[in-house]
Amino acid sequence: MRIGAAKQTYAADAALFDTPTQRFWVAAMALALALFPFVASEYWLYLACLVAIHIISAAGLNILTGYTGLVSLGQAAFMGVGAYTVAVLQTRWGVPALVSLPIAGLIALLCGVVVGLPSLRVKGLYLAIATIAAGVMAHFVFSHFSSLTGGSAGLSVKPANVFGLALDNSFRFYWLVIPLTAAALLGAANLLRTRIGRAFIAIRDRDISAEVLGIPLLRYKLLAFAISSFYAGVAGGLYALFFRAVTPETFPLVMSIFFLAAIIVGGLGSVLGSVLGALFMTLVPEVLRLVMGWLPLSGNAVLYLSPVRTVVFGALIVLFLVFEPLGLAEVWRRVRRTFHLWPFRT
Amino acid sequence: MSGGFDWWLLFEIVLSGLGAGGLYALTGLAFVTIYKATRVVNIAIGEMLMVGAYLFFAFTVGMKLPVWLAIPAAMLASGVFGAVVERVMIRPMLGESPISSFMVTVGLGSILVGAVELIWTADQQRLPEFFPSAPVRIGEALLSAKVFWGFVVAVLLIGAVLLAFRYWRGGVALRATASDQQAAYSMGIDVPRVFSLAWVAAAMIACVAGIVVGSIGGISSVMGVFGLSVLVVVIFGGLDSVLGALVGGLVVGVIEALTGFYIGGEYRLLATFLLLVLVLLVRPYGLFGTHEIERL
Repeated sequence: MRIGAAKQTYAADAALFDTPTQRFWVAAMALALALFPFVASEYWLYLACLVAIHIISAAGLNILTGYTGLVSLGQAAFMGVGAYTVAVLQTRWGVPALVSLPIAGLIALLCGVVVGLPSLRVKGLYLAIATIAAGVMAHFVFSHFSSLTGGSAGLSVKPANVFGLALDNSFRFYWLVIPLTAAALLGAANLLRTRIGRAFIAIRDRDISAEVLGIPLLRYKLLAFAISSFYAGVAGGLYALFFRAVTPETFPLVMSIFFLAAIIVGGLGSVLGSVLGALFMTLVPEVLRLVMGWLPLSGNAVLYLSPVRTVVFGALIVLFLVFEPLGLAEVWRRVRRTFHLWPFRT
Repeated sequence: MSGGFDWWLLFEIVLSGLGAGGLYALTGLAFVTIYKATRVVNIAIGEMLMVGAYLFFAFTVGMKLPVWLAIPAAMLASGVFGAVVERVMIRPMLGESPISSFMVTVGLGSILVGAVELIWTADQQRLPEFFPSAPVRIGEALLSAKVFWGFVVAVLLIGAVLLAFRYWRGGVALRATASDQQAAYSMGIDVPRVFSLAWVAAAMIACVAGIVVGSIGGISSVMGVFGLSVLVVVIFGGLDSVLGALVGGLVVGVIEALTGFYIGGEYRLLATFLLLVLVLLVRPYGLFGTHEIERL
């Protein structure tokens, strides 16, 4: 806690943004996000949109894995469900994005509940592997129900149309995705202050004890799956609208691993962790590309880029788990603590 | 044979399924060895198999060693590789949650795939032929020589490993550690060394499996997908059961061969994972796995 910020009410203690300094920085951040599109180039806007989509999905996975302790390798499959929902709704019935995105979330939610059903019996890594099965089946459905999903060629999606304005470039898409991301994060942060959030944490720490304390395990585990796959569904829908194409190969197992890696690198069980992790893991490949461009590899840089990315991706997971298991969020907290306690030291 | 069901064809497919299943069983054995001793779910087992195959490739094609020398050399190199992985990545995770060490192996898999692509590129390569090439005839069923000899190798190696577990000092130490770590410690067993041993043994077994798999289907950087089926095998049999890995390997091999032939190649992975879901629903700890009773 910040020096000199004594709390006098419970409301003040439970507030999300509890000090004037914090409120100031949140406002500054919001302002920066609002001004960003006017100064940034198309490339940076593209990255910003991609990061925002990844943040939504990572935040969802963090609720399931970080808070409830259920490891899932099916996040990409749920995103796929969302993406296909948006694509099918748009190509068949011309449903506008603002309607199809919640529907995408809801359908992904239903799938999530079905996948989550075994979670009462199956635990830990067995569950993780069962969710891989969900991914395999989703891929199968995407590529074989050609009449609906377009088979292996996939579907192409028109730009989202919001109140008559086609969001056909990153600048316009930014204004759809950033408010949604903010809402998703605020929702996640608030959820975790409620009875539900505390129940999730209790389940993560020891599920049998949680049940003894009167938390219905099945209901809360399913709820965690539902919320997480809702986030994934919305993120997947945005993904479809952003890249304007979905194929069965758009959402591979590697993508699920990407999100799991993102929340580990960012910090399990922390909303800030989802943001930092998704930001970091999305930007690292871009930074790598820049760095590889500087190296004197004479045209081979492109050839080496993909394997180097794969190696760095794996190395980041291992290094963070070995040296900083609490992730970037913990690094951030440490830096903040230094300022909070200033002029004293920890 | 018009109209009638071709039983010999079925027999042939089951046989080739068993052949593939032998390799699943072998790799499953490597997985179970690690899991029993260290409680690490090693999702990178497919990638370790790939590394073994590529080491063999490097020794035969790159350094022009004869095959009989290259196989032990590749096994030795894989063993060293297993020891290094254990020491650098797994040892620091002692006492962390199982999920963390699982994720470390996810990272390891990614590193290995990238490294193989960096060194040998992502293109498919062929291993030198060393199995006899005449197809094997059992009754009226004809079996590809590679599959047959691959199965023989798998069976021999599985037998050797099981004997080692049973009678060799290190094997006994491994089983002791698996059944009770604390007790093993207090009986004077150097548990960290057993951990190393398990990884070395698993890497060597995976290396042999990799050489056989590679000589049947060629090697490439996506060979690790083999590991996905192996995951199903060990879940099916129970993560900590050697018998389970063997039975599971054969069952999954046969099921994949049958679906591949009668329904279509693209249904193979689906069938495997459907089997996985069914088993998880009925017996969440696998057919032969230990049912851990949780207490408060």
